[in-house]
Amino acid sequence: MFTILANNWSTLLSGLGYTLMASLIALVGSLVIGTLFALMEISAHRWVAVIGRVYVEVVRNIPLLVITMAFYVIVPTYFVQIDGFTAGTIGLTIYTSAFIAETVRAGIESVAVGQMEGARSVGMTYTQAMVQIIFPQAIKIVIPPLGNQFINLVKNSSILAFVAGFDLMYQGKIIANTTFNTFDTYLAVGLLYLILTMPLSYFMRHLEKKWNVA
Amino acid sequence: MQNFIDAYSQVNLNYLLQGLWVTLEVSVTSIFFSFIIGTLLGVARYVKVRFFSAFVGFIIDLIRNLPLLLILFFTYFALPNIGVRLPVIPASIVAMTVFESAMLAEIVRSGINAVPTGQMEAARSNGLTYTQAMLYIILPQAFKAMIPPIVSQFISLVKDTSLATIILLPELTYHAQIIYGQNINYMIPMFVALAVLYFIVNYALSVASRALNRRLSSGIR
Repeated sequence: MFTILANNWSTLLSGLGYTLMASLIALVGSLVIGTLFALMEISAHRWVAVIGRVYVEVVRNIPLLVITMAFYVIVPTYFVQIDGFTAGTIGLTIYTSAFIAETVRAGIESVAVGQMEGARSVGMTYTQAMVQIIFPQAIKIVIPPLGNQFINLVKNSSILAFVAGFDLMYQGKIIANTTFNTFDTYLAVGLLYLILTMPLSYFMRHLEKKWNVA
Repeated sequence: MQNFIDAYSQVNLNYLLQGLWVTLEVSVTSIFFSFIIGTLLGVARYVKVRFFSAFVGFIIDLIRNLPLLLILFFTYFALPNIGVRLPVIPASIVAMTVFESAMLAEIVRSGINAVPTGQMEAARSNGLTYTQAMLYIILPQAFKAMIPPIVSQFISLVKDTSLATIILLPELTYHAQIIYGQNINYMIPMFVALAVLYFIVNYALSVASRALNRRLSSGIR
């Protein structure tokens, strides 16, 4: 395993970089889209709420691979040329946004209704109340599950291997195919994934415990 | 529109349904095994036997933090390197079971944690052994609370079987790829079909879970 790591460290590191980059871009993108759809879901306008609900339910129930492949093969065929990394990252973003929408919606709903009513009755607009009263309280509830979503993102970004996205899994596959030493290669790739995800997941567990007590 | 009509020919639809059948087969088998193994691991982690529980916990954390795709590669491509050669379907089932067992173990553990400690104390003081108390008092209550997370884990499992296309498991996504590989006009119809079929299976699961949850929780309170 260590010979594989020693001989291919630059390839593996660049793979790790792509993995991290795709995960970070998808995290930011899905946070924005997810929050938007969460707000739609709790909207007072019935049709807006229905659209939000349908988006979340549909995206959540379709495999990430199907969403990613759709971007990878349909977009270049009918619209513009995009590379595997872009298609993969867009797929990841769309897929994760549905889960983030659920998390954010649950977070907002767990802030007592009285808070919104109180804020409105002292003269705040809906937006002001949302931004200044509800969000700051919801964020503490939402952060631990969001952290877990990020861990999922890092793991799910291995989907880029399907679409030639140059990520860790893809580079691992290539190294395995050239060295024929599949066992050691995939052990090494696993180790690198764990270096990313393990500390994060212990940190999130710590955070959850700490904030539950408070 | 003509593309859609052509794409959904009897032959193609049959081929897709064959794929769906393999998806369901692999999912249900993996669900069955991972439910049993996951429960055992979850309990093993909960009981806090010195070293043993910590060790089990560490292994669970390791597996949970790896991509399923990597585990799939490992069982299918890496194990032959040390002499273990599994055919595609067993390899998929093994990989799924390993991954989902670890996921379920965590759900089971937190489910048991959520049962008030008084329940165990009361059971023990009534003369039940620890094992009896666990089996008849704690686990049934814990499972009730665990239904929603367990079902959503099963939904991810059904979705995750699509990853096995990479080792050429002849499941739904793979069959769809073969169909649109023959005729590029079938591409969009196939993705629509994939979305619809996966949605039906998974949405049915989540509706069933909600119904089950309502029925079981109507007893308490």
